[in-house]
Amino acid sequence: MTTDGKQVRVGVDIGGTFTDIAMEIGGDLHSTKVLTDYAFPENAIVKGVEQVCATAGVPLSAIDLIIHGTTLATNALIERRGARTALITTKGFRDVIEMRTESRFEQYDLNIVLPAPLVSRDDRFVLDERIGPDGAILKPLDDAEVDALCDRIIAAGFESVAIGLIHSYLNDTHERRVRDALLKKAPDLSVSISAEVSPQMREFQRFNTVCANAFVKPLMASYLNRLVGRMKDAGTDCPVFMIHSGGGIISVESAIEFPVRLLESGPAGGAIFAANVAAAYGIDSAVSYDMGGTTAKICLIEGQVPKTSKTFEVARTWRFKKGSGMPISIPVIEMVEIGAGGGSIASVDNMRQIRVGPHSAGSEPGPACYGRGGDKPTVTDADLVLGRLDPDGFAGGTMQLDTDASNGAMQRELADKLGIDNATAAYGIGEMVDENMSNAARMHAVENGKELGEFTMIAFGGAAPLHAARLCEKLSIDALLIPPGAGVGSAIGFLRAPFGFESVRSAYSRLSHFDATAINAVIRDLSDEATGFARRGTSDGELDLECTAYMRYVGQGWEVPVPIEVRSYQQADEASFRALFNDCYERFFGRVIDGLDVEIVSWSLRATSQVTPPTPVARTARTNAAQVSGQRRMFDAAQGRFNDAAIVERSSMKPGDWVAGPAVITERETSTIVTASRDAILQADGCLLIATKANA
Amino acid sequence: MTNELLSDVHKQIMWNRLISVVEEQAVTLIRTAFSTSVRESGDLSAGVFNRAGLMIAQAVTGTPGHVNAMAEAVGHFINDLGRDNIYEGDVFITNDPWKGTGHLHDFTVVSPSFRNGDLIGFFACTAHVVDVGGRGFGPDANEVYEEGIFVPIMKFAKRGEVNMDLVQILRNNVREAHQVVGDVYSLAACNEIGHRRLMDMMDEFQMSDLEDLADFIFKRSYDATVDAIAALPKGQYDNIMRVDGYGEPIDIAVTLDVQDDHITCDFAGTSAPSPKGINCPLIYSTAYACYALKCSVAPEIPNNHYSILPFKVKAPEDCILNVKRPAPVSVRHVLGHLVPDAVLGAVHKMLPGHVPAEGSGALWNLHVSVRPLRGNLAPADGGQRAEVLLFNSGGAGARPTLDGLSATAFPSGVHSMSIEATEHVGPVIFWRKELRDGSGGAGKFRGGLGQVVEIAPTDGHEIYFNAMFDRVAHPPRGREGGENGAPGVVRLDDGTMLATKGRQHVPSGRRLVLELPGGGGYGPVDERDPEAQARDIAFEYVAKN
Repeated sequence: MTTDGKQVRVGVDIGGTFTDIAMEIGGDLHSTKVLTDYAFPENAIVKGVEQVCATAGVPLSAIDLIIHGTTLATNALIERRGARTALITTKGFRDVIEMRTESRFEQYDLNIVLPAPLVSRDDRFVLDERIGPDGAILKPLDDAEVDALCDRIIAAGFESVAIGLIHSYLNDTHERRVRDALLKKAPDLSVSISAEVSPQMREFQRFNTVCANAFVKPLMASYLNRLVGRMKDAGTDCPVFMIHSGGGIISVESAIEFPVRLLESGPAGGAIFAANVAAAYGIDSAVSYDMGGTTAKICLIEGQVPKTSKTFEVARTWRFKKGSGMPISIPVIEMVEIGAGGGSIASVDNMRQIRVGPHSAGSEPGPACYGRGGDKPTVTDADLVLGRLDPDGFAGGTMQLDTDASNGAMQRELADKLGIDNATAAYGIGEMVDENMSNAARMHAVENGKELGEFTMIAFGGAAPLHAARLCEKLSIDALLIPPGAGVGSAIGFLRAPFGFESVRSAYSRLSHFDATAINAVIRDLSDEATGFARRGTSDGELDLECTAYMRYVGQGWEVPVPIEVRSYQQADEASFRALFNDCYERFFGRVIDGLDVEIVSWSLRATSQVTPPTPVARTARTNAAQVSGQRRMFDAAQGRFNDAAIVERSSMKPGDWVAGPAVITERETSTIVTASRDAILQADGCLLIATKANA
Repeated sequence: MTNELLSDVHKQIMWNRLISVVEEQAVTLIRTAFSTSVRESGDLSAGVFNRAGLMIAQAVTGTPGHVNAMAEAVGHFINDLGRDNIYEGDVFITNDPWKGTGHLHDFTVVSPSFRNGDLIGFFACTAHVVDVGGRGFGPDANEVYEEGIFVPIMKFAKRGEVNMDLVQILRNNVREAHQVVGDVYSLAACNEIGHRRLMDMMDEFQMSDLEDLADFIFKRSYDATVDAIAALPKGQYDNIMRVDGYGEPIDIAVTLDVQDDHITCDFAGTSAPSPKGINCPLIYSTAYACYALKCSVAPEIPNNHYSILPFKVKAPEDCILNVKRPAPVSVRHVLGHLVPDAVLGAVHKMLPGHVPAEGSGALWNLHVSVRPLRGNLAPADGGQRAEVLLFNSGGAGARPTLDGLSATAFPSGVHSMSIEATEHVGPVIFWRKELRDGSGGAGKFRGGLGQVVEIAPTDGHEIYFNAMFDRVAHPPRGREGGENGAPGVVRLDDGTMLATKGRQHVPSGRRLVLELPGGGGYGPVDERDPEAQARDIAFEYVAKN
């Protein structure tokens, strides 16, 4: 044993291409990337864990804890690879998941195709029952009808059943009775009810969420059970926990019951990773920026906590456009995702404008410069032509990039068509993709009532360090941090996540009819549920409880999240709720509106274990000039010209070492571009700080 | 690399940014609006204009009906107020249907944008407000005077000082005063956001005015649009489409004249105005005609003054698509939404195999007023008065290579609301909202299905509603041998048939049943793929035989 009594913790992130493993022993980090195994994902995990154990010199039995996040559930939804699922719903509402919002996500396209419902019409069944908007039973459930329907569903051989009834988030008795009837006849059937999976108002979102849960449940149960078995066989003797969409850790058992909560858990890890960096530096307003081969993701991190939402959209089918996917109502770390990555393909439209993405050359055939048959110019090709990438030093020198191929593709697809030279075309591609990303970030901030100017950017992912400094210029952001280990950021993030669970519930009330008893009951229920789940992972230690009421003026359609203290309320607290709302509303929109009643639409409550805060890092000032290993011509977008840029190897830098932009700082996985307006200083914890010359 | 080339790319970047600026402007409005149709259906628009008042960029929002209206609005403001009467801090306002977007419910607010003391351009935005007084939202008025308060072009704020007289007049003439006044302030605030973003952008790109950029955008948009038009077969193409109207049927007649560098859409032959509020001011008809042409010819070119300039629309005086004051216009959307199908019928003659069959077209907006019963039938707790608004969409027409979209809005971009959320607004219960089996027109490609909606007041209440439904007597027609979609039906659950337009009553204990039209089919039904046919039967999309 070489662990010296230190805890050995392993984070495992299964992504589309790679499975990332990060092992932490005390403060030491070991990591690896192995190719994802699509048929048996657990095999890649075992392989990767064995690799890091070998590097670290510890046996698998020394591992104390494995925390796992995966895109498998997301992929199953995108590829529609799930169980044969039936939906039982209220009579009159058979088509809720097919009618969606009755709208087209693209206004000017006559040949638009909407995503098909997860459960087709012949697999959707109805019961003649109805709960009213106050939770009262308007039409009771008929046992004989339920009985007959159960027989029919079991006879038809469905593998999984979703139950979603109107207003069940207020009264779940009908959903429970139908589930009990099914399980009585078929005890092993996989059954999901909407009142448990997603007790939120809005039938389309809730029904779709319970269908998604049912659809992936057998698949995920089988995978997770296999994984636990394989890890034991391989010699581990520790629990496996799962990271969920909201960025907390839950038990495997909870994950098997609510697999829909695993959606987007990988990106959630990235946001926690960034939040941890923000916490170490004491940064209150940060924006994380992750850019890979196909997409870029942006998340707001305030008070060192990633911003969360109660609903999101997965499996977008058209250009990542809002409305082209399916809504899922669960607590989630909120991210904007746009089709902008290293592999994004550039083209010219009929207004002679350069367009970039959302189509991506991916890793196969990849950008033209990979020399694997790609003949379209991509963002990576532009980065190469502009001198941001070194053709001889890509992926640690293991892959030679073909600059001629980039130039050829650029010439054919852009320069000839526009009558411009290749460098200008490459500049256009780079600027357009950076503009797309910064516009998305700015829009996301506006939707949340924020201005990005005061934020610090934290960038990770293969392509982000190449573009982050230019994004900061466009967003008027002064400081940018690029942490070490950014290539396996999500897996490291898993290790920083708390045990925790967020429960949500729609419970409608108006402040003019303030009912302290009802509010206390909601808070108590949510707190019991969230604490229960969190305790499945950690039995000791205090739990932090954070409660949010989603409030708005009566008549509005969008709620403002208002943090509410977890305690018992009295009738007289009406005034304090109103004051809290006014504060939040004013912060969002600049002014309060007099004379209007305020309503609470829903609640959420998060129970989390207390995580050891990261060791504070003081900002390191510049001391010595970094060792410059060479120079190359690199284009600066803000100046609109090529400059001589210093090349510095990141591994040669010591804390306090600095280099003035224009410069490029190279490492095995990526290169960090320091634009001419900025300088870079290596920090004590290995982060690169890139700040405007005035502030660096 | 020369400066000239760089500057071209530079301007492309700035064009992108400018669109982002107006999108931010629109998002701000959606987030703060009280009006259901703004936040749920995107019934709003936002745009930025150059010094002359020509629109440079516009946010893509839920309604095509504002496109041309917005583009022309700022010109009206400059004309009416006078160029030398525009000061920093001013905010202008109107809801003039003929200078705004076709009915009193839409308020347009324009703010001049100053940079270093010089006027450089304008921001404008429009939103549908909750109420404008008068009879309320419905088709029953005989003149626009009955439809509510009319605010001619004037200043809402002078040099930063809000005109409180106007605020007081508004407050006292509309039903939901706080919400309406709140929305007017929101409109002004969203222009302010646009202005602030524009200033950031101009700092970043070191611009002193918008004129160079505007010229670039105008030239690129105009050239691309004209290129698309030049590729079309020249000639004249006509179509006539009959719809229900209010009381008597209405013909929408269209003639397209396709020239080298423009298309003229002439509505000559269209029926005379209606005595009721389904009439369209020309600006609104123009927007929907333009939308249909843009969808068919140049869908990806962003909206601005020059991208819509090559699409010219005219209509004879005294026609229902070009009514004059004081004609009633409150629910002008019904005919406006039907205009694209009439235009697409003519486009089909020019470009066969390119556009869909006719669809349900106009939204079946349902605005119900729920009232407690009186006397000894009154609910014990006194009951609740409430106004409930719901959007419903019928089936869209089949496409040349695809089935039509079921229960999906076209041409409008609205989103429907959650039934659960709507039941919290007032004492109504929806007993049914699902696809209407067998309503899609048969064909090689099937028309989209309509839907069935059943709504009832809760015990002790009754409902009044303003019907504004079409395609009941005249269902959407199929194309190229495809069959017609099913006509709409408006009735009570006891079989009583109701009128398709105007205010009506649903007594306590009864349900209102709306059966929305299906879309027309495309191509002969005997050419339908057997697999698609089998699926239609398995999914019960077609009625079982």
